[in-house]
Amino acid sequence: MPKDSGIGAATRRREDARFLLGSGRYSDDISLLNQTYAVFARSEVANGIIETVDTSEAERMPGVVTVFTGEDFVDVGGNPAGWLINSRNGEPMKEPKRPVLAHGKVRHVGDAYAAVIAETEQQARDAAEKINADIKELPAVIDMASALSGSNFVHDEIGTNQCYDWGWIEDNREATDNAIKNAHHVTTLELVNNRLVPNAMEPRCSIADYNSANDDYTLYTTSQNPHLTRLLISAFVLGIPENKLTVVSPDVGGGFGSKIYHYGEEALVLAAAKRIKRPVRWTATRSESFMTDAHGRDHVTKIELALDKDNNFLAFRTETMANVGAYLSNFSTVTPTILHGTLMAGNYAVPNVYVNVKTVFTNTAPVDAYRGAGRPEATYSLERVIDKAATELGLNPTNLRRQNFIKSDQFPYVTAAGLNYDVGDYDAVMDRLEHHADLKGFAKRRKKSEAKGKLRGLGINSYIEACGIAPSNLIGTLGARVGLYDAATVRVNATGNISVMVGAHSHGQGHETAFPQIVADLLGVDPNNVEIVHGDTSKIPFGMGTYGSRSLAVCGSAIVRGVEKIISKGKKIAAHMMETTDDKVDFDEGVFSVRGTNKTVSFGDVALKAYIPHDFPIEDIEPGLEETAFYDPQNFTYPAGAYACEVEVDPDTGQVTIESFTAADDFGNIINPMIVEGQVHGGLAQGIGQALLEGCVYDGDGQLISASYMDYTMPRAADLPSFIVDHTVRTPSTDNPLGVKGCGEAGAIGSPPTVVNAVVDALRSADHDVTHIDMPLTPERVWAAMNN
Amino acid sequence: MSNVTMTVNGKTVSGSVEGRTLLVEFIRNDLHLTGTHVGCDTSQCGACAIHVDGKLVKACTMFALEANGAEVSTIEGQANGDGSLNVIQQAFKDHHGLQCGFCTPGMVMAASALLKTNPKPSELEIREHLEGNICRCTGYHNIVKAVLAASGQDVSSIAAE
Amino acid sequence: MYNFEFKQPKTISDAVNALESDDAQALGGGQTLIPTMKQRLASPSTLVSLTAISEMKGICKNDDGSISIGGGTTHADVACHSDIFFGLKTLAENIGDAAVRNRGTIGGSLANNDPAACYPAAALSVGATIVTNSREISADDFFQGMFDTALEEGEIIVSVKFPVPSSSSYQKFVQPASRFAMVGVFLSNFGNETRVAVTGASEGGVFRWCEAEAALNEDFSDGSIKDLSIDHKDMINDIHASKEYRAHLVKVMTKRAVANAS
Repeated sequence: MPKDSGIGAATRRREDARFLLGSGRYSDDISLLNQTYAVFARSEVANGIIETVDTSEAERMPGVVTVFTGEDFVDVGGNPAGWLINSRNGEPMKEPKRPVLAHGKVRHVGDAYAAVIAETEQQARDAAEKINADIKELPAVIDMASALSGSNFVHDEIGTNQCYDWGWIEDNREATDNAIKNAHHVTTLELVNNRLVPNAMEPRCSIADYNSANDDYTLYTTSQNPHLTRLLISAFVLGIPENKLTVVSPDVGGGFGSKIYHYGEEALVLAAAKRIKRPVRWTATRSESFMTDAHGRDHVTKIELALDKDNNFLAFRTETMANVGAYLSNFSTVTPTILHGTLMAGNYAVPNVYVNVKTVFTNTAPVDAYRGAGRPEATYSLERVIDKAATELGLNPTNLRRQNFIKSDQFPYVTAAGLNYDVGDYDAVMDRLEHHADLKGFAKRRKKSEAKGKLRGLGINSYIEACGIAPSNLIGTLGARVGLYDAATVRVNATGNISVMVGAHSHGQGHETAFPQIVADLLGVDPNNVEIVHGDTSKIPFGMGTYGSRSLAVCGSAIVRGVEKIISKGKKIAAHMMETTDDKVDFDEGVFSVRGTNKTVSFGDVALKAYIPHDFPIEDIEPGLEETAFYDPQNFTYPAGAYACEVEVDPDTGQVTIESFTAADDFGNIINPMIVEGQVHGGLAQGIGQALLEGCVYDGDGQLISASYMDYTMPRAADLPSFIVDHTVRTPSTDNPLGVKGCGEAGAIGSPPTVVNAVVDALRSADHDVTHIDMPLTPERVWAAMNN
Repeated sequence: MSNVTMTVNGKTVSGSVEGRTLLVEFIRNDLHLTGTHVGCDTSQCGACAIHVDGKLVKACTMFALEANGAEVSTIEGQANGDGSLNVIQQAFKDHHGLQCGFCTPGMVMAASALLKTNPKPSELEIREHLEGNICRCTGYHNIVKAVLAASGQDVSSIAAE
Repeated sequence: MYNFEFKQPKTISDAVNALESDDAQALGGGQTLIPTMKQRLASPSTLVSLTAISEMKGICKNDDGSISIGGGTTHADVACHSDIFFGLKTLAENIGDAAVRNRGTIGGSLANNDPAACYPAAALSVGATIVTNSREISADDFFQGMFDTALEEGEIIVSVKFPVPSSSSYQKFVQPASRFAMVGVFLSNFGNETRVAVTGASEGGVFRWCEAEAALNEDFSDGSIKDLSIDHKDMINDIHASKEYRAHLVKVMTKRAVANAS
């Protein structure tokens, strides 16, 4: 029976009311007294030398308060990369400075080199046009292969366009080479993981307020992780003491990775607010979002799969070029490496894995983690090459996968790519998929489609990912410059209701509903008496934020630890109240009792006593009932799943329609199945978008061609089917107290290869000799594949 | 600057605007009704969808002066008289038809426009009607389900599992 | 957006007068012009809104059987009017999205003559007459290339007169991002004559595919199109479709229009 509250209940979201009534409070909804507006002057060329920036005319425009140029930030720090990745030869990666405003050179279309602060937004915009910049255009570095071989550098000072040349695991390279050399069969596939623009519906917005009397700052900003933003600004960029800077991320309209990072606009509005001693605000236009939000994916990969004569996998070997764009964004160096290479064993008991990643600077917007971050790239390469191998060998692709799965009795399993998968049951998930997707009925459905003149294809995929990032001790050895624990403060108020201050940020994930379900279950209280506080560094203890499907596994676990401390202290207070010792006190369903007696006190009475400690043994028990816990897991979590997609292809036009999409996932334990399903739906839409619709295109001069919704295809309602999702296979994670794994990215990870496998299958059913089409599978690409 | 007067959510309001002031700017900045959002600059995302004289329009693609004398309704005017969620809003909540909430006001306004002219739309009609409203979070599944439910129709065909 | 003076005349003559000032521009539903102005690609000093001119709105049947649609009539009003013939109804129902259709007008669409807009295909295919404040222009003379028409400065499309074909069809293959036509084919069959107009495909804007018309005049069946091909030299090439693919789509959409005509 599904529960109607607490862990496992499909509790309706409490945050919905304000969004549905129009009372959400997003950054751009905030209006401060005496505020001013910032507008940026941005490069129209991809690569150029800034000869002069003449701001005199702009400064004379009506309403202009002040103007900034790159010169104003020469002496402050750069926005850093969060992970140090070393090349195979041991050399550290190249880290060119990423300034607040471009100085000396502009390096991508949209690179900001000046900013105007004015009384109104229109005045700022009018004045920004009057900034006379003399920028000498240089040839753009766009294509990754040419970038690596050429001598035109994005950053002259590093003398190369290669950030690093990474091998994983370098010691396994030779064995992998040998396995491939000696294999019975080797399947090779070259593919492109298309560049995407995250496109959270709320454009970025930052508002800075400076109080000169106290010399303190408040930054309202669209961030997935306000503490991380504060840390970056304080420790690296502007040097504002952390205790003088409050970062508030109020309601945030989606992130998908793009709002993890600290951006120069945040530093600019802070510096400007201090200079003019007035609030300064900036909201991106969608055009600015396209040009400046960190993009996602953009890999070019060659993958080889070696098999023995019995079709057992022997080795995966991958060579990848990954685009990081013009500057290193905060997670840009870890995404194509640790978050990608370590997953290259997939769900398979394969003895050899070797991954080489060359990361490349180009004159394009920075590229960083986007929903899935590295795992979609890994899954896509693996699951496409496996399908191709099945085709070449005449095997059923589902059976080939099953044959090579790590079996449920093999866990914990250390893969050839170095991860320790704690638990899983891939066959069970595949069983659920086969059932829900009615794979047996496919032949009949194909006939029906053929009768309508359509080609029908079936694509299957299995995926695994690593979530709950991460164990700080492990990531530290892998190059992380931060820890990735999370924190929660559980404050039981005197009247018994509870505030929980959490480091995770909710921007669609429903934390305000799901986290109280946990607290309510553990404390035996009504979930409606539990309130979640997030998104404000002055209110919450600390937190690394929300990304990588980590909120529940890491921050949720911190909440559990905090609640455990509350219970422990509550027992002491209860023991005092019931004149016993705390080792004799039990706690269950909101009641403290003395073991073996009928003496009880309620949780509420204990809370009240904590704040009215008239007769406390004050040397033994502090007043108050508030505990903070930091939680740092021992391992990643490993959600896994199997997806099926059926498509119809119009042979006349190449148009693909998704006829059905089924997802079976193992997310371990589930707190709120309604929210989980919603997360899967959203991930699937983004993955299907990547497969069929979305592609970020720069031309050879570095102009962004897909620069608006007129040219960048966002998935619309009619592009997608209703989804069938299943999460009934639940192998609880053994590494966190909740047994949860994370569900936010799964859909985006598992779906792209599923769709491409289906389209290739459809074309092959009509005897087209097609083994691969690069994403997005636009009608023209599919039509061209059918017509050579 | 020119004066503009209109009825917004039943209340007569007026203000002084430039020719170039968009209706959405007037609503957000002058009337402080910030439930109507701006998500793009090419008239596609629908986060700013409102009703003008009973018709669904994008408030970012209309000048405030064009709405002089018009009846405007925004998300803030959709609740029941007692402030509770109306049928469509409640269906969005019941069926988890929103996540980050940014596109949601536009979605609700689009859905209500549809149900006025087509009280029992099919799944396909709902999907096609939402062409001008982009959501990045939900994959539309639960939005479609919510609109079906709001129209009093069976939602079991929109399977969850 | 640059600022401008906003005028909203109530009569055509007032609008014509208002448009006489320097850099004045007419504003229909604004669904194209406003986004363009946001990008600061257009900077009229005066914007003359036509939406308050009631004599430019509405649909009526003329004595000769043709249909007149006021230049200020929205796509939504065209789509749901009972006198509108099949192809035109399909076309109006599928322009942009529901909100765009409530604002965008037929006059605005024709005057702008976007190479991917839908209405020019209908007007050219049926041989519509564009009625302005000063004259009548046949569709064959009206469209003069991408974003170019026979309209003079300050001339307003008051109405459009559509002869009613015995059968018609509009087949639109959408550009998936913008939802404009990647290729749109409007076919009208007048019994003795078939006219095929293509939008979205050509660098020159909307055009008539004369070979297809000739073949269909011989034999009105989709088989007549089978062996035709259309030169891709002047087709549009962009990130969504190459010239060759667009040329291919013209043929496929034309075949479908024949099969679908009603």
